[in-house]
Amino acid sequence: MSTYDTIIIGAGMSGLAAGIRLAHFDRRVCILERHYTIGGLNSFYRLRGRDYDVGLHAVTNFTPKGTKRGPLARLLRQLRFRWDDFQLSPQVGSRIVFPGTELGFGNDIDILRGEIAREFPSERDNFERLLERLVDYDDLDQEAYDTSARAVLNEIIATPLLREMLLCPLMWYGNARERDMDFGQFCIMFRSIFLEGFARPFAGVRLILKNLVRRFRSLGGELRLRSGVKRICVDNGHVAGVVLDNGDELTANNVLSSAGWVETMRMCDDVSEHVETKPGQLSFTECVSVLDTEPKKLGNPNTIVFYNDSENFHWEKPDQDLCDVRTGVICSPNNFCYSPSDGELPDGVVRITSLANFPRWNDLTEEQYEVEKLKWFDRINESAVRFVPDYRNRVVDYDMFTPTTIRRFTWHDNGAVYGAPDKHFDGRTHLNNLFICGTDQGFVGIIGAIVSGISITNQYLLRD
Amino acid sequence: MTPAQIRDEIIAILEDIAPDDDLSDLKDEVPFREQLELDSMDFLDIVMELRKRHRVQIPEEEYEQLQSMQSTVNYLTPLMVNIG
Repeated sequence: MSTYDTIIIGAGMSGLAAGIRLAHFDRRVCILERHYTIGGLNSFYRLRGRDYDVGLHAVTNFTPKGTKRGPLARLLRQLRFRWDDFQLSPQVGSRIVFPGTELGFGNDIDILRGEIAREFPSERDNFERLLERLVDYDDLDQEAYDTSARAVLNEIIATPLLREMLLCPLMWYGNARERDMDFGQFCIMFRSIFLEGFARPFAGVRLILKNLVRRFRSLGGELRLRSGVKRICVDNGHVAGVVLDNGDELTANNVLSSAGWVETMRMCDDVSEHVETKPGQLSFTECVSVLDTEPKKLGNPNTIVFYNDSENFHWEKPDQDLCDVRTGVICSPNNFCYSPSDGELPDGVVRITSLANFPRWNDLTEEQYEVEKLKWFDRINESAVRFVPDYRNRVVDYDMFTPTTIRRFTWHDNGAVYGAPDKHFDGRTHLNNLFICGTDQGFVGIIGAIVSGISITNQYLLRD
Repeated sequence: MTPAQIRDEIIAILEDIAPDDDLSDLKDEVPFREQLELDSMDFLDIVMELRKRHRVQIPEEEYEQLQSMQSTVNYLTPLMVNIG
């Protein structure tokens, strides 16, 4: 039987980052991953000779080289990476598009400031007041966190449309709760998107993952793929070890799980003793179109377009249908400021994310699933071309992934992209040597997940 | 270790933690926090690197001794005098 200082469940961004910290300080550490590949939500695959990314469109929390504050700078120091190691190229520019009104934004808050002054002149001062109300990452306590973001916005911003437009990208990129958003999550997302910004490595998310896993292994960390944890063995309020799907038993002094709160609790064999939390409901489909030209040559220079086709933004699981095409996110990975030495991406790409209903997708037979994918691929693209120039006659290949795909990569209940609505900031559980990190700890996005793994590790697993 | 060697070792640790920072004009009497904007996590890392590399144990209530290069070297000199 193998014994470790710490067993980490899940080889996503947070688990890998935690593993690097532990291995760097000479702890015996093993990462167990159920899937056959690393990355969790932020993974990648190859299909018909082309590379595809699962998960996020962009790295949020981007700050330029030389910035010393903020999550990106912090994680680079904590994991001993150079800024250049992640090869982040900043976005060109993004837009929030509602009927009759558009707001552009970039990696400089002054762009959004100017746009709000133009579109909503009466809200200029209110927007400044909102900026003052934002809580810094390290100052968030549970009380500030749990406040309703809509209530705070109602108090500060007078125009309903502006409130909806500000919430749209923040909810799309990191809100696990339907309809409203916790103010803490609002602050985190506002900072990561509007005050910091978007970037992407030329080679995509795989570059970051490969850096993390290479570092982890070079420090002596052990990574086991196809090694799902069936059970966390509890003995007297204490985790004794884990049992894998194949029956192998491993023991460890501590277990750090990035599998999600509900998902982790279910693994514990004292499961009846703790309170259930509601799993997340929000899942997505993603339609990826490969074009024979670049999006900007068709008239779309934007990195990300967040669209909504009415004045009210509906952030909820579609009840009546497999997807909801009223709102969506259009990402063009070509539209980042790559360095001249990178050149251009091999293909033009348009990725469109839509809200989707996991149970409905999950209940389809294999045959129905293929038919529905085709049907919704067309409907979603039809909806999107109301907001960007039509690209549909330039598509040379495509793929679509659904809530069931996300479930396969993340193992989250309901394929919930951002996990459960109730977060667990302190990372602790009912057991004194079981901790959680990742999405359900509270930080989302690539940088957020990495910081989550680091901070929970520092607080509990490197203290002895 | 002599104070000069301890200083070199702290520089090596800082280079490891913040490889993008230029430490050549580091001022010994100015707090690290002001010059390098190190946060509490980084201070913990200096402590842990010292333990990892030299088995030097620094109790939590004495972390404040590590504010600047000068105070760090002063504090560590008696602790590291017998380390090669």
